[in-house]
Amino acid sequence: MTGTPTGTPTGTPTGTPTDTLHELAAKQAALGEVRGAPGPDPVNAPMIRHWLTAMGDANPLYLEQGLAPPAMAQVWTMDAPRDRSPVDDVLAALDAAGYTGVVATDCRQTYHRYARLGERLTPATRFTDLAGPKRTALGVGFFATWNVTWYDADDRPVTEMLFRVLKFRPPEVAQPYPLQPVVNQDTAFFWEGAKRGELRIQRCGDCGALRHPPGPMCPACRSTARTHAVATGRGTLYSYVVHHHPPVPGRETPFVVGVVELPEGVRIVGNVVDCPVEEVEVGMPLRVTFRPMDDRLVLPLWTPEEA
Amino acid sequence: MLSGRAAVAGIGATEFSKESGRSELRLAAEAVLAALDDAGLSPADVDGMVTYSQDANQEIAVARETGVGDLTFFSRVEYGGGAACGTVAHAAMAVATGLARTVVCYRAFNERSGRRFGQPNAGLSGEPTSQGLEMSWHVPYGLITPAAWVAMFARRYLHVYGATSEDFGRVAVTMRRHAATNPAAWFHGRPITLEEHQASRWIAEPLHLLDCCQESDGAVALVVTSAERARDLRRPPALIRAAAQGSGAGQMMMTSYYRDDMTGLPEMSVVARQLWEMSGLSPSDVQAAILYDHFTPFVLTQLEELGFCGRGEAPGFVRDGGIALDGPLPVNPHGGQLGEAYIHGMNGIAEAVRQLRGDAANQLAGVTNVLVTAGTGVPTSGLILSSG
Repeated sequence: MTGTPTGTPTGTPTGTPTDTLHELAAKQAALGEVRGAPGPDPVNAPMIRHWLTAMGDANPLYLEQGLAPPAMAQVWTMDAPRDRSPVDDVLAALDAAGYTGVVATDCRQTYHRYARLGERLTPATRFTDLAGPKRTALGVGFFATWNVTWYDADDRPVTEMLFRVLKFRPPEVAQPYPLQPVVNQDTAFFWEGAKRGELRIQRCGDCGALRHPPGPMCPACRSTARTHAVATGRGTLYSYVVHHHPPVPGRETPFVVGVVELPEGVRIVGNVVDCPVEEVEVGMPLRVTFRPMDDRLVLPLWTPEEA
Repeated sequence: MLSGRAAVAGIGATEFSKESGRSELRLAAEAVLAALDDAGLSPADVDGMVTYSQDANQEIAVARETGVGDLTFFSRVEYGGGAACGTVAHAAMAVATGLARTVVCYRAFNERSGRRFGQPNAGLSGEPTSQGLEMSWHVPYGLITPAAWVAMFARRYLHVYGATSEDFGRVAVTMRRHAATNPAAWFHGRPITLEEHQASRWIAEPLHLLDCCQESDGAVALVVTSAERARDLRRPPALIRAAAQGSGAGQMMMTSYYRDDMTGLPEMSVVARQLWEMSGLSPSDVQAAILYDHFTPFVLTQLEELGFCGRGEAPGFVRDGGIALDGPLPVNPHGGQLGEAYIHGMNGIAEAVRQLRGDAANQLAGVTNVLVTAGTGVPTSGLILSSG
């Protein structure tokens, strides 16, 4: 179980459900090919010259014969005042659902002929597929695929393109958890234990008395020799509060904080999680669980024993 | 022996508000002057000053502003509202031992318009002090507000004694009823019903909003001098019959969850023992109690720790009208911090003085001994003030 710094035991998805996204994608695909506006400028020599220079293409034949390099297909309609293409609504819905990251994964072009100087091309777009959610190295996301065909004045295809992007949910930037404990040489063993999944209880190195919270000297025998025991991880809820107000940084309300009595004979404070608030009650058996709050703090928390 | 050696000779206060519009130092200076005037003394008579460790106004600053000259005694009592009666204890000790002749105790803050104690402060566990380390066992879990700290005890109390939220609510209703007829109270003319208490929103279950005292701007000051001298001053003295501080075994700040059964306040028991011993009085000898009421549950606990009723009996005592103005132990006739103002307990000491003088808003008949307590859940303090 991974931790969440919000203190919500069971996170609820905040984005648009997958079903809704797929329904929208099917609707857009059903629109078929949607014709856009023609390119604002005809295929022209200055743009071709710029493009060849930028690409380092020294082939003189294009300008000599008045032909555009085929890979320039998108260039001619890039600035066209576009009608909304069927793709736009899908991408907007993905953004709204939190899949705000984008990376192009496929671009396959089919060339029927060279575009010639002086002709105007008109794009037409067909949304073809939405796949996902899929887990990727960039994060969870959807692959959106569409096809664009550029037509000439006679409605004959000049170039076709399949384009696919991955729209992904960027991993949340890890915010440092705001409620950090201060740690010193008397308490470090406890927090290090939590990072290793151990609930450590200070044990006097001389008289063996267990103690929590820990401290530098055994109140029973005044020894400063310290060691620790690893608790079984079972406990009983001794008392608890349900915090509603005011808001607490790093937490979502309401949340439960309890005093837990351990069979080892000490008490410890921690959140009761993975349990509906109304089912929390004094005396309930609990089991420890360890939750990373950020990259430096792990808190021992408590879940119902039967969970 | 401290009993009867010193007296409260003067009390003073600013208005109680939600936004004073003035600096905390100015509030302190105004209250100090008012208390000196009440006693018939001048700043030139003052040679000692005591406040709480949390007060933003240093003794020397208050002395400067009020034109007080040399100070031979100054002290800051620790542990928040638990210090309230401790200031008087320190002042009485100074007077009784000759360290000072006239000591002013004061508490001044803009607790509502300035720094609000009820808001989360992640810095509580930020410093490697003993208290920062102590808070580090609680703050990381979001257990970070006074209401929540107290609610943890309150839940245990309900569980062990079978009490209910309404038992807490009756405390709030009584305090607001008292405040309703106290013109100095913020909630003057605004009593509440038990139904309103029950309907108020949750703050930290099992505490409703109306289980939590208000937040206030204001200041209160007291003048402590020898009993002998006080008798010659302008107002009738309130003798300091007993004064005590108390901390229990395993004590923490608001989070003593690791000792006993969490249904009591052992530190208040330490105070009570001393108060009764020092005064030679018993619970039946006091005509009124000023009990620190930042949160309702600890009013019940205090009634038990101080010996006004047995363990677990406070809910019944309150239900039977025990703490009402016409009950066997009127508690907080001024309305307490739930009703009058939250001045960290200092306004309660002033009310005890008024009851002994006979000029309180809700004056009780035949008051000769008043018990006062300070903040609960922390190391605390208490007083028994007597006429004479």
